[in-house]
Amino acid sequence: MRIVAPDLEAILLTLRLAFISTLVLLVIGTPLAWWLARSRNRFSFIVDALVALPLVLPPTVLGFYLLISLGPQGLFSGFSLAFTFTGLVVGSVIYSLPFVVQPLRDAFTSIGDRPLEVAATLGASPSDRFFSVALPLARRGFLTAAVLAFAHTLGEFGVVLMIGGNIPGETRVASIAIYEHVETLNYGAAHFLSFGMLMISFGLLALVYATNRRAGVLRA
Amino acid sequence: MSTLDLNCRLQRSGFCLDVALSLPLTGVTGVYGPSGCGKTTLLRIIAGLESSDSSVNFGDQVWQSPEQFLEPHKRSVGYVFQQPGLFSYLSVRGNLEYARKRAAGQSTDIAALSELLGISKLMERMPDTLSGGEQQRVAIARALASGPQILLMDEPLASLDAARKTEFLPYLQSLHDELSIPVIYVSHAIDEIARIADNLVVLHEGSVVAEGALSSVLSSANLFRSDVSLARTVIDAQVSGFEADDGLTILRFDGGELLVTMPQPDTECVRLQIAASDISLTLVEQSDTSILNILPAQVAAVDEVGSGRVLVTLLVGSSQLVAQVSSRSAQQLRLAEGLQVYAQIKGVAVLA
Repeated sequence: MRIVAPDLEAILLTLRLAFISTLVLLVIGTPLAWWLARSRNRFSFIVDALVALPLVLPPTVLGFYLLISLGPQGLFSGFSLAFTFTGLVVGSVIYSLPFVVQPLRDAFTSIGDRPLEVAATLGASPSDRFFSVALPLARRGFLTAAVLAFAHTLGEFGVVLMIGGNIPGETRVASIAIYEHVETLNYGAAHFLSFGMLMISFGLLALVYATNRRAGVLRA
Repeated sequence: MSTLDLNCRLQRSGFCLDVALSLPLTGVTGVYGPSGCGKTTLLRIIAGLESSDSSVNFGDQVWQSPEQFLEPHKRSVGYVFQQPGLFSYLSVRGNLEYARKRAAGQSTDIAALSELLGISKLMERMPDTLSGGEQQRVAIARALASGPQILLMDEPLASLDAARKTEFLPYLQSLHDELSIPVIYVSHAIDEIARIADNLVVLHEGSVVAEGALSSVLSSANLFRSDVSLARTVIDAQVSGFEADDGLTILRFDGGELLVTMPQPDTECVRLQIAASDISLTLVEQSDTSILNILPAQVAAVDEVGSGRVLVTLLVGSSQLVAQVSSRSAQQLRLAEGLQVYAQIKGVAVLA
């Protein structure tokens, strides 16, 4: 087990990527989900479809376009995000967007108009209503969204392979490292990393379900 | 006197509201009508929750006109919805504080409000541990805690069962007596409205059928061509005596005295209701009858209301009573304006 240190680095990098991506996703996804839940614009279905695209596209397609647009000849000419940690965050955010927007959108929709109307008649402005009524009522949606975003980013492979490559400490996340170990027939190291990922993912999901169950008992 | 001036127009599929009203900004105004007549929509327009082609003027404040629309949170209304709609994640105190913190004018007194609505002991409870009636009382206190200039109530008793309603009514009564702001109270239960309202608006299929002082609207004939069972007299009477032997309370109003079998009331003033079908008419005063209350009256109007029935408006002193008799009886007695008759009152309901 002489490659333990770089593999630990890969796990820590994966967790860092998942954590940062989740934060960015909640910041971007919340207003987007709110707009989708409340909008009566008849073209909002286009935004719906765009947000859901990563669910059906092969990650390589997404990765390919990201590579083109984030590369030196891309959107930010002369400034490349390809093969950088920041590029990975951008890719993860787009890739996991539906996993944040859909639970949040469902949570916001299920609030209904009434609590917001009540708050309005009590003198709460639209932004006040969002923070003082919609956020607390949608709190379970936020938990679900955050966990799904985190877990989905942990499991990301295709997009990272396309735009991140395999730079230790920068873009070499756990899934890439496992792939590399298997390719080089280093099954011992692959076992170590895979088991680590398995435990982290299971621990995370178990925590969420335990929390949800306790909340359910309290509400009943 | 300042008024709430409404000019509401709203077209929806299968529904049209077209209402022009000038409501007094004092006391309780009841809005009565069957389900689907536009009562709730009217309240929502006042509160700014419904976009419509309307104008709303509250005293000298323009809340809505073709040129401007004041958003609901800037209108000084307290709104009590049919369902209590308490914030489930806040305690009772949290719900009241939510409103108090957002009050536009001077801060309201939460302790006094919770005392008035009998929820002082519930302050630390969460909404889902309260009964329906308790939740609705908290909702009313919360609406008042926002320091509104007018209170809008949309069938606040509709979500309660009969027992809860009975338990709730005294609180409505104390609101009527204690509140200094005007109240608009929407209901499809005429008894609720007769109990607390001073003025009455009757809506039918999106337009106003009748409006005015409660007692005069409730006894006006043209209102009841569709549903004569609504016709009734509402009287505010003074308690002038109690005959313990017979369990009779003597109630005085400006048309005379009424004897009512009821426990001795602890208030000086009670509101009575006499259904039009509970008054019969005779030309000669009967003495050999079980009916206690017989008042001399003068016929002020006789209105045919259809289905072989006639609504007779009577003057008793300076009070108006309304009686319902059959068309046949009206012909036999030759009922006409100015005729002296005796009104035999078979039943008196004490509302409050």
